[in-house]
Amino acid sequence: MEPPAPNPGHGAGRPMATRPAPCTVRSPVALQVGDVKTDLARPGVAVIDVALPPAQPLDLQEIVFKNSYTAFLTVRVQRRHPCDVGRASARKWVTCLWNHCLMPSPHTEAGSQDYFSLFRHQLLCDVDQVTAVRLILRQPSPVWLHFTLEELRLYPRGQQSLQTDFPSWLSHLAPQQQPENLHGGVPDPEKVSTEVQQLWVLTEMIRANQTAARIGRFDVDGCYDINLLSYT
Amino acid sequence: MMLEQDTGLSLAIAQIVQRLKGSSLHSQLERQARGSLHKPEIKLESLKEDIKDFLKTSGWEKRLQNAVYSELNVFPSPCHPAAPPEHMKEPLVYMRKAQGSWEKRILKSLNSMCTELSIPLARKRPIGEQKELFNKWNEMGTDEPDLSLFRPVYAPKDFLEVLMNLRNPNYENGDQPSFRNHLGLIQVPLKVKDIPELKDYFSELGLNTGQLGIDDSTQVPPELFENEHVRVGQTVLTEQDSAAAQQYVRQGCPTALRAELWALILNISNQPEDILYYEQLKSNVIQHDLLVDSLIYKDVKLTASNDDYYFVFEDYLYQVLLCFSRDTSVLEHFSYNSATPPKSYIRGKLGMEEYAVFYPPNGVIPFHGFSMYVAPLCFLYHEPSKLYQIFREMYVRFFFRLHSISSHPSGIVSLCLLFETLLQTHLPQLFYHLREIGAQPLRISFKWMVRAFSGYLATDQLLLLWDRILGYNSLEILAVLAAAVFAFRAVNLMEVTSLAAAEAVLADLSTLKVMPLLQIFLFATVT
Repeated sequence: MEPPAPNPGHGAGRPMATRPAPCTVRSPVALQVGDVKTDLARPGVAVIDVALPPAQPLDLQEIVFKNSYTAFLTVRVQRRHPCDVGRASARKWVTCLWNHCLMPSPHTEAGSQDYFSLFRHQLLCDVDQVTAVRLILRQPSPVWLHFTLEELRLYPRGQQSLQTDFPSWLSHLAPQQQPENLHGGVPDPEKVSTEVQQLWVLTEMIRANQTAARIGRFDVDGCYDINLLSYT
Repeated sequence: MMLEQDTGLSLAIAQIVQRLKGSSLHSQLERQARGSLHKPEIKLESLKEDIKDFLKTSGWEKRLQNAVYSELNVFPSPCHPAAPPEHMKEPLVYMRKAQGSWEKRILKSLNSMCTELSIPLARKRPIGEQKELFNKWNEMGTDEPDLSLFRPVYAPKDFLEVLMNLRNPNYENGDQPSFRNHLGLIQVPLKVKDIPELKDYFSELGLNTGQLGIDDSTQVPPELFENEHVRVGQTVLTEQDSAAAQQYVRQGCPTALRAELWALILNISNQPEDILYYEQLKSNVIQHDLLVDSLIYKDVKLTASNDDYYFVFEDYLYQVLLCFSRDTSVLEHFSYNSATPPKSYIRGKLGMEEYAVFYPPNGVIPFHGFSMYVAPLCFLYHEPSKLYQIFREMYVRFFFRLHSISSHPSGIVSLCLLFETLLQTHLPQLFYHLREIGAQPLRISFKWMVRAFSGYLATDQLLLLWDRILGYNSLEILAVLAAAVFAFRAVNLMEVTSLAAAEAVLADLSTLKVMPLLQIFLFATVT
């Protein structure tokens, strides 16, 4: 008997219907002037390199991660161009997200452990045929001991991470419609039948869904003779 | 939690639709829509539009609007789909852990009370006892059971000790005083509003806006503000609009309209099924006796019964709190509360999930002073089922945040930090002085905030304060008032030399006028 779970259509905690792209996420490397071991000042910048399998450049749809005290994020990608085939010359890094704010107030907790999604349309440049991704993390506040990103996942195009489980009619919410002017004679029977059909589908859906009625029973078959409280 | 705007909106809509499905409002709307099909103005060609118009003119659309508004106020915005359910309860891992440890301590305390006194956690009453309780239902206060062996599970000061020891393991908590350490008791770096932000947030409390609690005093002619304000209140009630009511009460509720306005904001309509539900809870109380009942009895006897304003309501308090403990619908709020309801198993079925139950059925273990959340409401509502529903809604919207560890801006940790920060920033001399004499201000104000000032202010002042809690859907005003009280008594406090003396200066708040204090502190203090 669990407390009521968060509602479906929310997708929280459920395994993703789609798989993230395979990639290797390296641990963050702090960028620091001077000796890392002896220098007392804390580095405020770290870099996470994500390598994709060499033969499989990715058309990036979404980047999902859990923040861990990073304040600002910059994302750079390396892309493969058709003219690069056969050439071993260094590919250019392109910035696709610049100084994106994850923690609006870096000395305080807001946003510090939240989950974030970055979609391709939010990025500054085209992210097709990506071969490597570099995440530059900045945390200007010296009060935090460590900062990084966790649970980093890249989703290829054509698949979305969101479990959009809500009914399809929601995505077809009609805009405000003006009532029909019927002075021009009898309405089109086709139109009428589609509208009635839609209404019927709606009613059926509502009827089919079990009501989330509250049962109100706290006992098991009339018995509430219990042990001591559990600690787990 | 960043979601693309459109997807976030669709997700929020889907969640609200899901929650409203199966509610009694939903079946009523269905029934109304079906019934309207007989009406001549509903035509087949424009069926959808005509039914929508019908629902609008008959007032049902407004009821749906109020229900949606209520859902938006109570439930947090949907989390990122990758976030686990715990994240909605509390996003910060170390706070979840601290809440878990605190709960374990409470469970241990309850279990040891159970074994020491050899009293079961729950017991089915024999028929004779059930009959007796049924007959005595309206006068349970006359009972004088022996409660000397029971002790409250915890008191606010125990909880304060836990909050003082709260630390973020990723934060630089050095021993040496530095800018990183806070000078108060709370050492977690939560974001709290400063006075310019509070001025903006509580803008309706400003000097140029009329307030009940200030502009309705006897010296002010009622034509200037009061009459018009009452008239607007009556219009809001006629329109039955929750959102408008919430905006209206920011300037205070006229006494005659307060009960209805609060019910409108909390979306309580006291339908027949609600009354039936309350009666069902009452029969649950009669059938089973719980150990927490004794804790409730003890709490009422120790607090409300001793209070000059509230002792008359003793019987009501039992009727509400005993039923509250049996109400499983309260379990729903644990999806956004950092706390977790205690669990147990039917005797002999330890570890078998089909025999797992929550204890108490509503998952809330009362602490010392809990009954004070209900007492002020007794002035407004006299019908037990309505009083019950109002209290339950107030609990799952506001009061639960005052005794669970979370990073929410209205959670007790944020309120404590807000109080300390306001005092330190705007009364630095006073703060320093009190700290030096070993009288950290939070030690005195904590109990006020945990009880939302119930039992400390005069009732009319308390109700004016709770008007604003409802109006702004936030408890931050409690921290601002606490700081304003210290500011008001600053001169006397500067002269004390011990914690006990400081407590004495602040022992009696019953003469304070809440709204002038808040207004002066926020809008009229020279910084």
